[in-house]
Amino acid sequence: MAEDHTHDHPHDHSQFQPDLEDKPLTHYQAMTEAVGELLIEKGVISGDELRAMLELIDAKSPAAGAKMVARAWVDSAFKARMMDDVLAAAEELGIDAGGIPILAVENTPEVHNVIVCTLCSCYPRQLIGLPPDWYKARSYRSRTVCEPRKVLAEFGTVIPDDVEVRVHDSTADLRYMVIPQRPAGSEGLDEAALADLVTRDCMIGVTLAKAVG
Amino acid sequence: MLRRHHDMGGLEAGPVDPFGPGAEHDYAPWEKKVDAILRLVSDKKRQIMTVDELRRGIEELGPGVYDELSYYERWIASVTNNLIEKGVIDIDELGRRMTAITEAWPAGGVTEAEPKVVPETDGQGA
Repeated sequence: MAEDHTHDHPHDHSQFQPDLEDKPLTHYQAMTEAVGELLIEKGVISGDELRAMLELIDAKSPAAGAKMVARAWVDSAFKARMMDDVLAAAEELGIDAGGIPILAVENTPEVHNVIVCTLCSCYPRQLIGLPPDWYKARSYRSRTVCEPRKVLAEFGTVIPDDVEVRVHDSTADLRYMVIPQRPAGSEGLDEAALADLVTRDCMIGVTLAKAVG
Repeated sequence: MLRRHHDMGGLEAGPVDPFGPGAEHDYAPWEKKVDAILRLVSDKKRQIMTVDELRRGIEELGPGVYDELSYYERWIASVTNNLIEKGVIDIDELGRRMTAITEAWPAGGVTEAEPKVVPETDGQGA
């Protein structure tokens, strides 16, 4: 197969997005397209499976994690179940959290949690989407475990000296998510409004949940 | 203590600068495609490679290449190398296909004749 690749395979390379076609294709972009095409031609994956997976990746966002945090804030029994088993608690809310265990760590007036992956980029992406670039960058990966307060301050998050900071180093087999503290003045809000206070960054632990109002 | 290049926890490094340039970007379609390909070839149905093998492939890129490549460039380099090692795709057909795709791209490309995958000195062995 593909001894002479003459572009007679059933797709049309002329259909490029106008904003992409002006830029030269990089080596690794070409590699990605080639590997995708070869896997489809060999029947290893199908075009439909690839499209469905791309849609699934796009569908993952911090909204799922925020929904869980909001429920945990209003329902202590749910929070207990979430602390015990995030994947099962997610399922209760109709959220597919994938198969890799996730441990929820709760911020309290005494303890602030922050997550990192020093070795690579492990991240609870099923619940909060793809990680931001800074999470995968050398500076965050190197420094968060040894000077977390300084790193947090770079996010504008100043943790008082009497609050303990706990750093959780994720692995391929165990990821973490932070349950931030419920903001003051949020007593009257419903779950949807509470979820709006829960950002990606506060579930990583680099910020607090948004203030009310 | 000897540590491998990717094992950077606790080392000195510059500020995170979470609001600066490079702190965040919207993932490009090709980056999401890399992610999708990895997830498909490592899923329960196929089990062609594991996430641990992805990491092994990334870590074996070596210090120079590791820092030179972007995140998803490291991924596709590792995925491709794994697929070649396992005989799922052939390095020659890959090279030909990359050339064809690049030649068909309206603005051309910056690809080389031979696929640049994991350097041989680093890429062999487990």
